[in-house]
Amino acid sequence: MASSSDSPMDGAPVIDFDRFVPTRSAIAARKRKDLLMRVLVAAAFVIALVPLVSVLWTTIASGVRRLNLNFLSYNMSGVIGGRPTPSGGYGGILHAVIGTLEITLGAVAISVPIGIMCAVYLVEYAHGGPLSRIIAILVDVMSGIPSIVAGLFAFSMFSIVFGPGTINGISGSVALSLLMLPTVVKSSEEMLKIVPDDLREASLALGVTKQRTITKIVLRTSLPGIVSGVILAIARVIGETAPLLMTAGYIATTNFNLFSGQMTTLPVYVYQEYSKLSVTCPASAGADCITSIPMQRSWAAALTLIILVLILNLVGRLVARVFAVKTER
Amino acid sequence: MSLHSTATESRGADRRGDAIFKGVAYGCGILILIVLAAVTLFLLFRAWPLIGGDGKANAATVESFTGGLAHNFWQYVGPLVFGTVLVAALALGIAFFIAVGIALFISHYAPRRLAAVLNYIVDLLAAIPSVIYGLWGGLVLVPAIHPFWDWVARYFGWIPIFSGPAANPSRTVATVAVVLAVMILPIITSMSRDIFVQTPRLQEEAALALGATKWEMIKLAVLPFGRSGIVSASMLGLGRALGETMAVLMILSPGLRYSFKLLQASQSQTIAANIAAQYPEANNLGVSTLIGTGLVLFLITFLVNFLARKITRKIGA
Repeated sequence: MASSSDSPMDGAPVIDFDRFVPTRSAIAARKRKDLLMRVLVAAAFVIALVPLVSVLWTTIASGVRRLNLNFLSYNMSGVIGGRPTPSGGYGGILHAVIGTLEITLGAVAISVPIGIMCAVYLVEYAHGGPLSRIIAILVDVMSGIPSIVAGLFAFSMFSIVFGPGTINGISGSVALSLLMLPTVVKSSEEMLKIVPDDLREASLALGVTKQRTITKIVLRTSLPGIVSGVILAIARVIGETAPLLMTAGYIATTNFNLFSGQMTTLPVYVYQEYSKLSVTCPASAGADCITSIPMQRSWAAALTLIILVLILNLVGRLVARVFAVKTER
Repeated sequence: MSLHSTATESRGADRRGDAIFKGVAYGCGILILIVLAAVTLFLLFRAWPLIGGDGKANAATVESFTGGLAHNFWQYVGPLVFGTVLVAALALGIAFFIAVGIALFISHYAPRRLAAVLNYIVDLLAAIPSVIYGLWGGLVLVPAIHPFWDWVARYFGWIPIFSGPAANPSRTVATVAVVLAVMILPIITSMSRDIFVQTPRLQEEAALALGATKWEMIKLAVLPFGRSGIVSASMLGLGRALGETMAVLMILSPGLRYSFKLLQASQSQTIAANIAAQYPEANNLGVSTLIGTGLVLFLITFLVNFLARKITRKIGA
């Protein structure tokens, strides 16, 4: 400060500061551009809302017409054309719900232990070595595997290992677990990373072995986060259709056995009913024969699926928020 | 049993437990490598008849798939790759600006409370299963969007890609691209948003202090900071669009041409949807052919994702 006031301005170039004064029209133009971008950004948001609202609204509006207890408690056996079944309904999704739950549980049983242990390896054992870097990149790349390729993989593996034409629920589980694995690894890795090192060091200093430190301290601390990550991963794969189309197949009856026979899942059911378009009603059938019943079933099953996914999402988020361990940060 | 011996015994057990646990953790890490290798190997093995098998039978299979249009695997997979890339690129083109716009809206324009709600809505969009987008696209969007495409074909028909007449029902590449754009929107949005909120506060405030308007501040501070993040987010979105099956399968009327006529039906087909469509009726050799196309898709998406991740890693470092 002092030096600048002391030094004389002799020989300094004379700057015409008026040159830099913005003209009024330039300011107006900048303001207009600012406003324009503001409007565009807000418009982008409104544009994105349109499909979301439309998807949710049509699914709910068309789905509730057929979604009732009867629909949930019967399968598709004995459903002929658009005629009502003896139970008074028009077929249902019991078999698809059971199939979805069993196949997804199978996928969870395969991918969660592997995923968590892989995250443990990445965070606790590999300290940035070349192998761990390759694995971390491959996990990222794996999360981009198209679901249909996962289906082809499971199909090829089972047809090569167990003979051609092997179609059962567990091969669907394998396909889904391939899609779940990267999500589980990523979320568990993030959760393990935020466990403070103080906890690990305190435990190790007490003479606790590394395995016990990890299982009793690190995993215990990050459990809510891991559980929430797993639930979100389930929500992601529970709506997968393409891999199940070729691995788990499609039948009209309920199959409880994950390891043999075809199994229907909800998304596949939605697709199969959609591709039927409509059924014919012979003249002899009464007024309660509905030609558009496949579409109605499709929407109702879609609504069930959306509700399932949303509940899973909500539960996942709640678990993360409610049980979160408070770390010092 | 003396106290001393129990202590040594348990210590030995502890050490063994430690070693086993470490081994399992390493094994699971390496399993990731094995699984990826297995995916490639099993697909290659199953697709082997294409390369090592009887050429004539292969040609017959391909001809039966295409109605005599293509005579070998590469002629078959060529238009499929073209269709896949075309649809995905269009979807990205539609989604990109909207996604970046929403991300900016959430990170810099919306009030904090609203932003939290918006975040939830974006996650909601991501959570909706693809089969439901397909159902919605096929039953709601296809009839609803036809007047618009008709209008485009009438007034912009002189541009070759919009040449009419617009197909009715509009089960066309253009409609599929719109649905795919909706599906990849959340991915691009959430990743760009995560980058935008990390913009150094000082840079933003410096720009504002120099008299920049909000948009100028975003152009000066936020966008340059987030550029590589946006690029890698769009690559991931592209990867997702490339592999999307159900929405394409349920909406598109397929064809096997190298055609840019977006508004006409039966022009293109994507690899993933083609596999799902042909699979149920394919014989053994047909399945091999389809798995061969699946392998091509796998390589394309692998490459795209790998590039995307490489860009992200570079920012992180």
